[in-house]
Amino acid sequence: MTASTTSLSTLSQSSIEATRLRHTSRLKILVVLSLLLIGAFLLSLATGSVTIPLDQIISILTGGEATRATWTTIILDFRLPKALTALLAGAALAVGGLQMQTLFRNPLAEPYVLGINAGASLGVALIVLTIGSTGTMLLAGIGLMGDLGIAAAAFIGSAAALLIVLTAAARVQSVTTLLILGLMFGFAVSAMVSLLLYFSIAERVQAYINWTFGSFGGVTWSQMPIFAVMIIVGLISAVVLTKPLNALLLGEHYARSLGVHIRQARMGVVVSTAFLTGSVTAFCGPIGFIGIAVPHLCRSLLHTSDHRTLIPAAALLGGIVALLADLVAQMPGGQVVLPLNAVTALLGAPIIITLILRRRSLRTAFAS
Amino acid sequence: MNIPVLQTYQLTIGYHPTRRQQVLVCPAINAILYPGELVCLIGPNGAGKSTLMRTLAGMQAPLEGTVRLGEDEVRDLPPRELARRLSLVLTERIDAAGMRAIELVALGRQPYTSWIGDLSTQDELVIRHALQQVGAAELADRLLDELSDGERQKVMIARALAQEPVVMLLDEPTAFLDLPRRAEIMAMLRRLARDTGRAILLSTHDLELALRSADRVWLLPKGGPLQTGAPEDLVLSGAFEQAFRSEGVQFDSYTGSFHTRTAASGVVDLHGTGIPAIWTTRALERAGYCVAPGGHTSPLRVELHGEHTETRWHLHRASAVEVFESVDGLLEALKKF
Repeated sequence: MTASTTSLSTLSQSSIEATRLRHTSRLKILVVLSLLLIGAFLLSLATGSVTIPLDQIISILTGGEATRATWTTIILDFRLPKALTALLAGAALAVGGLQMQTLFRNPLAEPYVLGINAGASLGVALIVLTIGSTGTMLLAGIGLMGDLGIAAAAFIGSAAALLIVLTAAARVQSVTTLLILGLMFGFAVSAMVSLLLYFSIAERVQAYINWTFGSFGGVTWSQMPIFAVMIIVGLISAVVLTKPLNALLLGEHYARSLGVHIRQARMGVVVSTAFLTGSVTAFCGPIGFIGIAVPHLCRSLLHTSDHRTLIPAAALLGGIVALLADLVAQMPGGQVVLPLNAVTALLGAPIIITLILRRRSLRTAFAS
Repeated sequence: MNIPVLQTYQLTIGYHPTRRQQVLVCPAINAILYPGELVCLIGPNGAGKSTLMRTLAGMQAPLEGTVRLGEDEVRDLPPRELARRLSLVLTERIDAAGMRAIELVALGRQPYTSWIGDLSTQDELVIRHALQQVGAAELADRLLDELSDGERQKVMIARALAQEPVVMLLDEPTAFLDLPRRAEIMAMLRRLARDTGRAILLSTHDLELALRSADRVWLLPKGGPLQTGAPEDLVLSGAFEQAFRSEGVQFDSYTGSFHTRTAASGVVDLHGTGIPAIWTTRALERAGYCVAPGGHTSPLRVELHGEHTETRWHLHRASAVEVFESVDGLLEALKKF
């Protein structure tokens, strides 16, 4: 058409200006989020059983010497891998949740709806609860194997669940069917875990429950490359999927009519989310809430549904929330460490409830 | 002008409820869409309008036969190429929180944009132009949740237009709208077809509006065959009456509308002209009377007197005359009879 030759009305001109302003303000928010993320990261390095001054942290991070040698050890061996893990896991869960909410067009969708979390739980439950039929010797053995054994079990469980979900995703016609299949698969697998728990001895049950509390502290430097690469691959694929994700906001029929190859896009989203959540569950346990809450926070913060903005925003805010939740779980100054999952939900739920109550006006309630 | 943009060859539509079974909806459809025309697909419920639309859009495989867009078969076109030639407006409701009208229309540029979906200046112009063409330029910055059904439909049409397709398919675009809005959307679509040279095919339940607005009609009776032609030709040939015949409802070739057929309570001899006479006829028919034009002999006679807005209804019955100030009064009296 000859749109270029048609003059646009002054109305359009002012609207073009409004669009530009919206873009600038979104960019500003992204910059602020980046700064907050850096702040939360440094804060998480500084606080703990001993408080380390900021200038010391920076000198340690840049390869310099700290005034106390123990500080270097604390930072490099404990706090830095933990903060990195929290940052990556938070970003992964938020972006995974965002993708699921868009794919299923359901505000309640979260990264775990695919049943990957349930698969990981079963893997861990099988290792922790059943290896060795008697005695506590093997339990100690698991301890010696370290968390790597649990991570491997969780990983194998996630991968198995992923294979099942992928097979389903390639076959089913409707994405709603996929959602229901994922949920049912999750229920069935959780039931198996319950059975295993029921027939296990108390110590083993406790070991399993400790895993379900979630923790960012389990990833060692030797595991970090695997963990980081998996999550970065997942995040990059989410960015690559930006355009189909935007089209999917209108549902699969419209997305297809806009030139999206639906099956490929659906597969891409499922694989990306599986990479993101599977690796988090494997290395940190089933961490809830971030995946469902952060995408909603991003939408109301940035007033947009465009994934070009939402994906970076969710990654940044997810990292911030995970770092802060971990800080609170540490109970700075105290000796007790709270279960991470309890902290994320207890802090997050009131925020989300407030947001939703404020946004859901009567008007939208009657419109649909 | 007369090169078809979309053409079906012996198209048999249907679906597979299970892997083995197949249900035939309509066999051997041969139909053509030309550039710049507005065509309405009408037919009774369950005749397969939606199945036909989906098959034309390549969303569903035909049981037999082909759909061609220009030289190419719809099912063979890669999704992106198909999206550049054919766009859709469906009945499903869009519920994207935080999306603005302009952002929705911008999605229509996806078949043309890069992998991340950045818009060029040309894309921006097409988007703004599409909004102007549907008369929704002032809605650009509004959130979708804030739009009325009619406004939302305009924006959806602008999005379909932004794809710059050869053919636009719209599934019941007027379904949720009030009457003035329906007429407005239809008039707008007609203008769009003319001005842009695109072929627009829409399915609708609104027969009267379709008869008035469509350049041509595709009439799909239950079980087929699909008949096409100017709306008037299909009325005159009796195809309409045939397609919509069912118990209790009758297509009136005089008015192009439907009547519920009730057992006749009698014949009324109506004397009068103009708009009051038309509406009195409708009222009497609704009450179950067969209305005969003046001059007919019947024990019941209604005469209209007075000016348009101050009409009086004189009811002659067995040499008695009653005068009413409203149709309502007339009907009440007839009921007691």
